[in-house]
Amino acid sequence: MTDETAGRVPRSDNAMAMDARVRRRRAAESRFRAYGLIACLIGVAALVTLLATVLTNGIGAYRQAFVTLEVALPADRLDPDGTGTRESMQKVSTFGYGPLIAEAVERTLADRGVVIEGATPEDAAGLISREAPAQLRNYVLNNPEVLDQTVEFNFLAGGRIDGYLKGRVTMESAQRDSNVTPEQLQIADVLQEEGILSLRFNPGFITQPDASDQRPEAAGLGVAILGSLYMMLIVLVLALPIGVAASIYLEEFAPRSRWTDIIEVNISNLAAVPSIVFGILGLAIFINFAGLPQSAPIVGGLVLTLMTLPTIIIATRASLRAVPPSIRDAALGVGASRMQAVFHHVLPLAAPGILTGTIIGIAQALGETAPLLLIGMVAFVRGYPSAPPGGLFDPASALPVQVYNWTQRSDPAFVERASGAIIALLVVLITLNALAVILRRRFERRW
Amino acid sequence: MNDMRLVERQVDDREIKIAAKDVQVFYGTTHAIRDVNIDIKDRMVTAFIGPSGCGKSTFLRCLNRMNDTIDAARVHGSITLDGQDIYDPQIDPVQLRARVGMVFQKPNPFPKSIYDNVAYGPRIHGLSRSKADLDEIVESSLRRAAIWNEVKDRLHAPGTGLSGGQQQRLCIARAVATQPEVLLMDEPCSALDPIATAQVEELIDELRSQFSVVIVTHSMQQAARVSQRTAFFHLGNLVEYGETGQIFTNPQDPRTESYISGRIG
Repeated sequence: MTDETAGRVPRSDNAMAMDARVRRRRAAESRFRAYGLIACLIGVAALVTLLATVLTNGIGAYRQAFVTLEVALPADRLDPDGTGTRESMQKVSTFGYGPLIAEAVERTLADRGVVIEGATPEDAAGLISREAPAQLRNYVLNNPEVLDQTVEFNFLAGGRIDGYLKGRVTMESAQRDSNVTPEQLQIADVLQEEGILSLRFNPGFITQPDASDQRPEAAGLGVAILGSLYMMLIVLVLALPIGVAASIYLEEFAPRSRWTDIIEVNISNLAAVPSIVFGILGLAIFINFAGLPQSAPIVGGLVLTLMTLPTIIIATRASLRAVPPSIRDAALGVGASRMQAVFHHVLPLAAPGILTGTIIGIAQALGETAPLLLIGMVAFVRGYPSAPPGGLFDPASALPVQVYNWTQRSDPAFVERASGAIIALLVVLITLNALAVILRRRFERRW
Repeated sequence: MNDMRLVERQVDDREIKIAAKDVQVFYGTTHAIRDVNIDIKDRMVTAFIGPSGCGKSTFLRCLNRMNDTIDAARVHGSITLDGQDIYDPQIDPVQLRARVGMVFQKPNPFPKSIYDNVAYGPRIHGLSRSKADLDEIVESSLRRAAIWNEVKDRLHAPGTGLSGGQQQRLCIARAVATQPEVLLMDEPCSALDPIATAQVEELIDELRSQFSVVIVTHSMQQAARVSQRTAFFHLGNLVEYGETGQIFTNPQDPRTESYISGRIG
């Protein structure tokens, strides 16, 4: 060593000295720290902007303009046979209820002495959503005892009136809008002052099914939430056992050969396949070949299972590999069989990792849109799917597809609803991820 | 036991417990063990010494077929336990490992309670008929591993919470609980401090009254302290095997002498 130092630059003997090399090293380090900090800040800023945009746009969907009206329900018009039976009352369609609501609006305005110049009775009735007669009809059919009474009822206001209360529609835009007149907005002003028209929490956004283009105020996420829930059930029931079994076999039992290598590479490849390709596969195999119904959660669930499998397999194998081999040795050393070693010792230790991987895989599947478009989950579905297992074959929608669907609609009220649906989706996803973190913390063991 | 005691060893003609003949081990294309012939006697401590990578651990793992778990490993030759070929296709390696217990280099208790650690072997082999039976086995195993007094008040505390030396003795208790006939120990003290090492060595000396013990060790002093017979491995060959006192004081092979005197290894 000693003879090698001959040609070297002499080292400064003073440890306190800041020579050029030390300064350069320190500068490089602080520069790198600054880059890292900037990268973090960019990430955080992007997240904050995203959340802020979605929240400001979407939170309005959870509040909706309602009009509280006293509506008379004369039996002679709603129960033509006079028997009071459901069959008899079902003969009256929503067309029979429309005039009742119009009358109620007119009477309310007259009672309060509201006179708006140029406003026709049709204008006044137009404040109420087109969905209102159906709302009222369902209510009466479910509560036949209200016949011949006058009941107070909260009707959805029309989409434009709702927009006016939320600032989306103004007097100026109303003049150019064929769906709403400035006179209607004046009536709305008066009704709001009287406390008849107001913004309230709208549970229907979560529970009600989708509605047509003309009725954004009535559109809800009910069917989409149910559809997503059914699909996640299928994914959980299929992907978890298949994925865990495949991983255990590959990691603990399979001999290392060309075949297992090929399988491994292909599982990794599967994780990288664009999701829309899975949609085409689902369309070709599950719908065209196997003859399963379109738009059904069963098909969506199967397609998403295929998508989630690689995620679960990769996560499970990683957590199995993370269990120290000494634990396997210990079990084998006391005479446990391989299967006993895996099921008694390795699997319990790997469980938190498997659980986290599964939850993340399911969260991924929950947010997946593209493959569902191809298997017809984008259809307009009004009816709720029935309870599983039969309901798995009924048409349904899914949360992300509902978002996609609403952003395609022309009425600006649907922008708010799409953002509202995104909030619902994000809440579910954050809950799932939080659950994954909590489970991981709770069950993680040290060895 | 701390002195290099090379006297008063009763090396009588006990019966042969394990006999290995012409054992070869291959890892893939590597020839890891060549032509090993060795007779391991009953109720005696046999030490395997040698420099790192000489194959002593590999050979030890052949004796309870732990090498089966490594895909690339192949074993040729014959190894018999009480005259029975353990590589016979009829032999179930799982049953064999219940008869030939093993203690590893790093203490590796299961992340379960102390009780469950010891009870695991008897449970899977169905050695106990009742809870009381099992309690009895756990207690006697812990006593034989000289750790009972330290853990009797916290049998349901996690085994991983013990100190390194205690963990290793717990692992010995766990190995003893399945009532093996041979106990293989792969450098059981290499992760322990001198005090824990002394405790484990003392324990090994007690265990030899019941089992045949085979210990792989890096420390020649340890081999000299605990064993009655010593085998010296070098580059995959069994160079010399004999009475410990003779190996250390009067080695026949020049390689053994070089190793003992610190010139190689």
